[in-house]
Amino acid sequence: MKRRTFIKAAAAGVSLPISLNGMQLRSVQNNAFLSALGKRSAKGRVLVIIQLNGGNDGLNMVVPIDQYSNLSKARSNVLLSESAVLKLKNSNKTGLHPKMGGAQRLFDKDKMSIVQSVGYPQPDFSHFRSMDIWMTASNSDQVLTTGWMGRYLDTQYQNFPQEYPNANMKDPLALQIGPLVSLAFMGPKVNMGMAVTNPSSFYDLLDNAVGSVPATPAGDELAYIRLLAQQTNEYADVIKAAASKGTNKSTKYPTGTRGGNLAEQLKIVARLIHGGLQTPVYMVSLGGFDTHSAQVETSDTKEGWHGDLLSQLSIAMEAFQDDLELLGISDRVVSMTFSEFGRRIQSNGSTGTDHGAAAPLMVFGDAVQPGIIGNNPSIPSTTTVNDNVPMQFDFRQVYGSILQDWFELSANVVKGILGQDFNTLPIFKNNLSHIETFADYMTQISLGSIYPNPARDKTEVEYRTDGGGILQLSLYDPLGRLLQVFFSKSHSQGEYRYELDLRGLKPGNYILQLRSSLKSETQVLQVI
Amino acid sequence: MNRREFFSFKSSQTPPSEGLKVTRRTNTGLDAYTATWNVDDRLHLLRRAMFGPSQADLEAFKGLNLEQSVDKLLDTSKISIDPPINNYDKVYPDADVAYGQTWVNAPVNFNIEFARVNSMKAWLWSLAANQTATVYEKMLLFWHNHFAVELAAVPFTSAYYYYYKVVMDYSMGNFKTFTQQITVDPAMLYYLNGRLNTKNAPDENYARELQELFTLGKGPESQYSEEDVKAAARVLTGFNINVLTTPVSSIFQAARHDSTDKTFSDFYGNKTIKGKTGITAGTDELKELLDMIFQKEEVSKFICRRLYRYFVYYKIDDNAENQVIAPLAKIFRDNNYEIKPVLKALFMSEHFFDTWNRSCIIKDPLTHSVSFVRQFQIAPPTQNNPELLYKYYGFYAGFTALNQMDLGDPPSVAGWEAWYQLPLYNRSWITSDSLPKRNELQDYLLWIGHKFDASYTMKVDVWKITQGFSEPNNADKLIDEACHFLLPMVLGSQQIADLKEILLPGGIPDYNWTEEYDAAVNPTYPNHKTALDSVTQKLQYLYKRIMNLSEYQLS
Repeated sequence: MKRRTFIKAAAAGVSLPISLNGMQLRSVQNNAFLSALGKRSAKGRVLVIIQLNGGNDGLNMVVPIDQYSNLSKARSNVLLSESAVLKLKNSNKTGLHPKMGGAQRLFDKDKMSIVQSVGYPQPDFSHFRSMDIWMTASNSDQVLTTGWMGRYLDTQYQNFPQEYPNANMKDPLALQIGPLVSLAFMGPKVNMGMAVTNPSSFYDLLDNAVGSVPATPAGDELAYIRLLAQQTNEYADVIKAAASKGTNKSTKYPTGTRGGNLAEQLKIVARLIHGGLQTPVYMVSLGGFDTHSAQVETSDTKEGWHGDLLSQLSIAMEAFQDDLELLGISDRVVSMTFSEFGRRIQSNGSTGTDHGAAAPLMVFGDAVQPGIIGNNPSIPSTTTVNDNVPMQFDFRQVYGSILQDWFELSANVVKGILGQDFNTLPIFKNNLSHIETFADYMTQISLGSIYPNPARDKTEVEYRTDGGGILQLSLYDPLGRLLQVFFSKSHSQGEYRYELDLRGLKPGNYILQLRSSLKSETQVLQVI
Repeated sequence: MNRREFFSFKSSQTPPSEGLKVTRRTNTGLDAYTATWNVDDRLHLLRRAMFGPSQADLEAFKGLNLEQSVDKLLDTSKISIDPPINNYDKVYPDADVAYGQTWVNAPVNFNIEFARVNSMKAWLWSLAANQTATVYEKMLLFWHNHFAVELAAVPFTSAYYYYYKVVMDYSMGNFKTFTQQITVDPAMLYYLNGRLNTKNAPDENYARELQELFTLGKGPESQYSEEDVKAAARVLTGFNINVLTTPVSSIFQAARHDSTDKTFSDFYGNKTIKGKTGITAGTDELKELLDMIFQKEEVSKFICRRLYRYFVYYKIDDNAENQVIAPLAKIFRDNNYEIKPVLKALFMSEHFFDTWNRSCIIKDPLTHSVSFVRQFQIAPPTQNNPELLYKYYGFYAGFTALNQMDLGDPPSVAGWEAWYQLPLYNRSWITSDSLPKRNELQDYLLWIGHKFDASYTMKVDVWKITQGFSEPNNADKLIDEACHFLLPMVLGSQQIADLKEILLPGGIPDYNWTEEYDAAVNPTYPNHKTALDSVTQKLQYLYKRIMNLSEYQLS
């Protein structure tokens, strides 16, 4: 069905089943939640960013069950027992780590979207570079000094900090629960975020000097500290007020100190939102994901370092969502996890995994269109230490979807923030702008057989598109680096064949990827 | 770039790279500073090279010219530091170590390690607080940040001490030898998985950080490849730790070493390191690897940039790169990577003393807490009570940790963000969380004090610093000297008037302060007691107010 016909049908109130990775979704028109939400504006909406520091092993979190035989060849010493993997509603191909019962319940209650294999072209394997890339939403080879959230906030709250707080915005623009403020909040002039460890206690700062500073580097630094002192004083009162007015209702937060840190942070966030703080963005974090060694316990691979972390994450997510629901504010809040990269497909000899590329992320909340976006990564039958999960979605597609569909910015403004156009993903169910993305999503593509495979010099691939549109066929190396784009052109509905010229490629595994605006399919190609 | 400019990009463009633009600049370089050496110069040098010079430090450097001062700062010949001790015995008895004796050569004891960790961290703070009149302790922090190892990730506390001992032994020595020693240090082998790096299962963790963080950095001239990371990992296979020795030691296991040839990318001139066998294979190949890496000029530049950010200013413009970093890096290479000649050239340069580069470093948390203690001569408890002494050190180590610098536990192998993260760099020390805490500590110790036990309450005695000034009974002079000593910037007339209002409320004539001060210091005056209370309180307010100024956060 063409997009236009789909929109018409939807407008006429016809109920249409839409297949999203085999899940039946109701058409937009039938969703009572949406009509309620449709009347709201983006005002009052909150994004909570959950940062998983160190590089989260995505294959051990969102498990591609249909890849088990190849996974067991590539990472037998860390692999979960297949029977232990938690099943997700309506999906027998994809499951969760056994310690993520809370996340499983969120998914099964239609509160979660899992986006598969999120990354960026030309992955960087340095923690610090890759983290900067995610924070600033830059290209891999580009250094930006402003953060994606900082640029977003700058479009909404111009002339910050000079004209703030004011009658329209009394509250901090972004809060980080912790002592440091993230690069993601760095605006064109100043960091637009504020660090808070205890919202009930702020020490009054006396220095309110606003006099001129000398035009020297020392003057610049002095002005910065004074500005921070001034902001802290101005915002301390509203934060303290919200903390005392707000409350927590969920009994699912863990008690005791063990593993409660992320949950504690989210608990503060829930309390502040409930207390009336209008701050639109929060960031919380959980560290320790750099699992080069002892990622799992050899005697029981669901136990160990990574399982502990995923358990903390899952418990915190469930408790937070439960709290928001009990407090009656869950329609205003969505949360997103991310990590600077995933880890290698192949495990190492230390029952750990090394720095990798793309990985799944989770978005949860009432407003999320539940389901799994994208396919399970395909694991080659023979892997080398270099093999990575190739990206299906650029992380800036996720950012773009949040900015456009949750914060309701126009596509042009989003392009300004992200520097270029990225197709949004059907993460949210909040308004009619999604009809287009659903329609696009319905358009199936498939990458069929490659023959011969393994191949030398040349081979031929079959592919198909149900609805037509622009298709791109590209080749990646196992590290996820783009080697070649064979074509990127408009197709009408139908089946196609394409001959690939493989001369000049070293023997080894390669990833062939077919992409439309929203879908991607990959096959492993072996060159001999 | 402002918002308007940002949005005016053509849609097909990506935003351009926003480097750190320095709009105004200076063009001084590494030529020797030749202006008349004055007290401001001395203060600037000591503020940057030390954790917070005391009045006694200023006095000790008084008769020296610039070169003599720098030589004194670089003279580490008399430094000897005792290792951390058993301060915990009364609560957690240690069968292997007597109370007050060091635990660094005792067997690992997992029931006691946490107590040793606390001892270690308190001790790390004490090194800075008990600073000698040299740049040595400041360099310890520099290298602790550079070759970062997290104590939380190393279960053997004594191994951590010996890692720090390598830092202590080489912090003013030869950087290349330092790198070699740190590569095979047991704590580092544990922390970055060198111990798990074998020919059958290479682990590239250390090989990556060796290039990315320790030697070459990630600048545009640093073009090593992923293949180079893997090849370097193979060179480093076979090293391991022996946990059965006391302390834990490093060993080389030839059977786990990859003895095939390792070929590097064209960045390294396609260099091949011949695979070796036998017990010296690891050391031999490591030496060749470091020779290859240290051939790259970028190593010297990377380290000099880091030193520049640490001692001068965090923004590096073209002039700083060409006129300071490049010649400094050349000195580094010409001296076979000896550190002292680099420091000497930097500290004697006109660029270092350029008024442009003064007062523009935001104090890191350690410099903040230590300079406060040293400036106000806060008296530690008696040395012969190890438990109490380490409680005192631990108080500050804990406070410094609360302010984002947990000594012994840097946040990651990259060290603290303030020394690498664009664009904030050292500005990230100051947040809405940390700035109030810094003020709170100062005020707490000025007004209330911290009671450790019946024998010892730690509190600022405002008279110590005050009596170090030349004419404290002259209000103008007192304010002037106190500000000059405590703040690196000159205050505006309104700020000074506000301070004077504390000593002479309501603008009463200056002689009132003189009379009251004289009565306070002379017990024979009839109003001595009331004057003493009143002046003490005014001095507390005066110093509180000075330290609450944003200028106090600068160095």
